[in-house]
Amino acid sequence: MNAFQRMNTALMVDEARQIFKVSRQAFVDPDILEAERMRIFDKCWLYLGHASELPKPGDFVTRQVGGRNILFARDAKGILRAMFNTCPHRGAQVCREKHGNAKSFQCFYHGWVFGLDGALRSQPGEASYAPDFKERSTSNMQHVPRFETYRDFCFVCFDRNAETLDAYLGAVKEYLDIVGDQAEAGMTIVGGTQEYSMRANWKLLTENSIDGYHALTTHATYFDYLKATNGGLVPVPLEGAALDLGNGHAVLEYKAPWGRPVAQWVPMWGDEGKREIDRLYQGLVARFGEERARRIALFNRNLFVFPNLVVNDIMAVTIRTYYPHAPDFMTVSAWALAPKEETDWARKYRLFNFLEFLGPGGFATPDDVEALEQCQRGFRNATEAQWNDISKGMGKDIPAYDDELQMRAFWSNWNKHVFAASA
Amino acid sequence: MQDITRADVEDFLFAEAELLDEWRLPEWLELFTEDAIYYVPSTDVPADSSPDKNLFYVADDRFRLSERVKRLMKRTAHAEFPHSRTRHLVSNVRIRSRSDSEMEVGAAFITYRTKDGITDTYFGSNRYRLVAENGRLRIREKRCLLDSEGLRTQGRVSIIL
Repeated sequence: MNAFQRMNTALMVDEARQIFKVSRQAFVDPDILEAERMRIFDKCWLYLGHASELPKPGDFVTRQVGGRNILFARDAKGILRAMFNTCPHRGAQVCREKHGNAKSFQCFYHGWVFGLDGALRSQPGEASYAPDFKERSTSNMQHVPRFETYRDFCFVCFDRNAETLDAYLGAVKEYLDIVGDQAEAGMTIVGGTQEYSMRANWKLLTENSIDGYHALTTHATYFDYLKATNGGLVPVPLEGAALDLGNGHAVLEYKAPWGRPVAQWVPMWGDEGKREIDRLYQGLVARFGEERARRIALFNRNLFVFPNLVVNDIMAVTIRTYYPHAPDFMTVSAWALAPKEETDWARKYRLFNFLEFLGPGGFATPDDVEALEQCQRGFRNATEAQWNDISKGMGKDIPAYDDELQMRAFWSNWNKHVFAASA
Repeated sequence: MQDITRADVEDFLFAEAELLDEWRLPEWLELFTEDAIYYVPSTDVPADSSPDKNLFYVADDRFRLSERVKRLMKRTAHAEFPHSRTRHLVSNVRIRSRSDSEMEVGAAFITYRTKDGITDTYFGSNRYRLVAENGRLRIREKRCLLDSEGLRTQGRVSIIL
């Protein structure tokens, strides 16, 4: 145990003096990463995927979640299954494709065949095994200890004794409802995954994903671009609030000048777009009344679900999750979420909008990657230059979207988890 | 388009690579027609996918491509300030088909990008639709098909591939 861990905290907090600092060791120390693996990623509910990715029986995806290889499949009865992608026989990964549709899964090593639910169906040389071998649960592919869903968002948890997903999400559900309510027929993941990486600590992306403060400086060229589009912006000021949702979750909810496919029109979208956006908006009013329709349509939300899920309902809707591989390296996966039955026009403009800002080829995300990697470089000085400051807005009753309350919510919960055993 | 040889196409693509490596992006943009598109699809969708239905990394029409160039020439394009150094290698050039007005060209590429002591490699194939305008070749479509699984470890496509 190093000196840092003996402190039993990574935070320096003094509410009265509006001080909230985070030790930069939390971004560089390999022992901290090890503690995060055991006390956060092995304990918390983690996003696996969206039910719409597996529309038909036999559909599957393979995915890394919390360091595990998961096989996520819809079985013959239509039930979603989350299994460890490892053969109960000798351990090989059973499914080696990223996605597809299958009638069964066969481990190529010795030829064991499993049903879509992971149950062993046959293995070469069955006569040499005990008569009841196939009836033993240990002969089947192992399911994750906990698998639960909320409005098609599918989560796993590796802690058998964890609270329910429903309890874990708590106040987050209200915001997932707002996303889910955008479409009467439900939401779907659009084809195409953005998979990228950053040479930076994973917690930097948590902070960045819910950081309203950096928008105007880091993303200056994005706003330049919107101004140049001649009708890409509407006269709506960037303003709104940050909320601590408990359990380390947080959200920013704010108005912004960019177009939203559900449903804030910008002149660039023309008359066809205006008719479409008006139709969508009236649909929301009919289903939810004026007040909720306004909230769904005209407000943006950057939602953070502890420890590593981001659902940003901004100029498009993106789902993003990320994992550490080393203190200074993370991988990121991001998807676009859209109404199942939206028109070709709306889908096209949604995706066009998405790429303006989001993703590693967008006009904004590459600059976020740069910022986070530059922070990580800065942390090389952590032995002497020791602290990050996230005190912005501490004195306010209702912190603004560009204050740092949401980061304090994350870090307080992170600190509780990581130092739980030694506290 | 019938009298254009592979050597003509190679000269054109090598010149394009040079403009990119020398960060002469406004000149590079002039290689494109007014209705041009520049695509970098995500790596888990079919090569001929449409960005109207699938999430790409980059799906620029001519206007957005010109804005991308403007952006990259600014100090506030932080990912590329100071500019990274790049080398675009173009190989395996092939005329895949041609009509009177247009030709389809395929070319393999390896692009190195180095910045801050880290060198990343991008590799794949570029599919072009080329036209002749006023006796000069122009790009109507450039579709950059990455062979890597996603952008790990490159992390971004902040340069033009």
